[in-house]
Amino acid sequence: MDDLYRELILDRYKHPQKRGTLDPHDYSYEDDNPLCGDRIRIDVRMGADGRVADASFSGVGCAISQASADLLVESVVGKTLEEVKALSKDDVLEMLGIELGPVRLKCALLSLKVLKAGVYGVEEIEEELR
Amino acid sequence: MTNPIDLERMRAEFPILERETRPGVRLIYLDSAATSQKPRRVIEAMSSYYEQNNANIHRGVHRLAEESTAAFEDARRRIAGFVGAATPREIIFTRNATEAINLVSHSWGGANLNPGDVVLLTEMEHHSNIVPWQMLAAERGLRLEFVPVTDAGTLDLGAFRDLLGHSPRLVGFTQMSNMLGTINPVREMAQLAHQAGAVVLVDGAQSVPHMPVNVAELGVDFLAFSAHKMCGPTGVGVLYGREALLDSMPPFLGGGDMIKRVRLGEFKANDLPYKFEAGTPAIAEVIGFGAAVDFLSEIGMPAVQAHEQEIIGYTLERLAEVPGVRVYGPEAAQRGGVASFTLDGTHPHDVAQLLDDRGIAVRAGHHCAMPIHEKFGIPATTRASFYLYNTPTEVDRLVDALYHVKEIFS
Repeated sequence: MDDLYRELILDRYKHPQKRGTLDPHDYSYEDDNPLCGDRIRIDVRMGADGRVADASFSGVGCAISQASADLLVESVVGKTLEEVKALSKDDVLEMLGIELGPVRLKCALLSLKVLKAGVYGVEEIEEELR
Repeated sequence: MTNPIDLERMRAEFPILERETRPGVRLIYLDSAATSQKPRRVIEAMSSYYEQNNANIHRGVHRLAEESTAAFEDARRRIAGFVGAATPREIIFTRNATEAINLVSHSWGGANLNPGDVVLLTEMEHHSNIVPWQMLAAERGLRLEFVPVTDAGTLDLGAFRDLLGHSPRLVGFTQMSNMLGTINPVREMAQLAHQAGAVVLVDGAQSVPHMPVNVAELGVDFLAFSAHKMCGPTGVGVLYGREALLDSMPPFLGGGDMIKRVRLGEFKANDLPYKFEAGTPAIAEVIGFGAAVDFLSEIGMPAVQAHEQEIIGYTLERLAEVPGVRVYGPEAAQRGGVASFTLDGTHPHDVAQLLDDRGIAVRAGHHCAMPIHEKFGIPATTRASFYLYNTPTEVDRLVDALYHVKEIFS
């Protein structure tokens, strides 16, 4: 099996757990990576307890971008906003469990950028992911 | 008429084709439209220059400076001959084709274009022949018009004739699309553009490496191309310009070598071609470029073109067999050695990554031609592009690998 396409990624790509949109939602953001045409939108709904009640993603793109979005979105359910804000590049790479070159790294991290832009504000994110 | 290329001997000229990209996996290089590989003699011409001759050119009077200047200017002379320029003064060295086009937009455009003037381009241009004009248009209030591309991937020549009715001051178009592979009828288009009173700029980045190109026969005013796509090194390109036009243009970059005399209050520009070559140029690279042009001339550009025609014909035939593959662009007869395609249900990045596992180097993305991708409603494609060292067996490997990708993503 080709390394980058380990079963988890292909499985998430073909059978995503969290694909869709949420209405109503508290946070929603969409962005793209024009270089390869990946596009991801993430919706987040907060619960009364201050934790993420549900989240979903939609969009198009390569297996890496879509699988990482699915894994990331699933991981934020039950987290507080502070915990969501604390998610890092390394957390996403750990979920994917693969080594990525610089070009594919952008695919993998698009969902994190979108999620954080939604809950946080865009400028700070770009600073953080630099 | 032309001797067919002996592929075994040809491949032996390119050291990199020997390498494995991972243990047991031999490189299959299908990305020559991005940059070509380099034959041993080009690499050796450059290292020999550094080992034996290295000196700055045009100024020194010592032995090495004289040898370096002679080698540099001799390369210019051979490159002029390669594209049929009337004199080496018409060959301006730039960093690449992109800089050559920027030279035209800044110097010729800056001196000649005024608010409301029309510049006519095409929808199939590389960003390098769009963005410089967008920048100038924003600064000068120019109007940019674009010749549409048909569904078949060719220029709509009827629309081209109509658009010439807007009396464009400059018509700029590629001789061969880097995405569709389409070869445009340059001579006919240049003639029509001239009748409409326009100056004609041709982007030859994809054509000069792959087919015979003669500026006199084509009747173009400017031709831009890059060494690194034609067996030469990176860092050097050419702007060919008709001498009278170049003479009439102001300098581009200022500095050493481009002046005859400098006083604190003024300068007097040098003669052609030095007027447009400020600062120390890429000397070793120009010498390497000269060796590349010698290499291609010995093989003969008709032979290069014939080989690529054969390879692209075979590629289109084989890709048509693969369910879910869609190739963009015209029939083999109207295209060069480029096949951009999509595979249903699989993103080009995933295709390219899985091909790489088998040593196959292709390009995935928009290939610096976003507008034409948008036209066809696709964000990206996978592109296989060929050169004089590619074999039908490599095409077979590509097709085998695509079946493997389909299996993984099914």
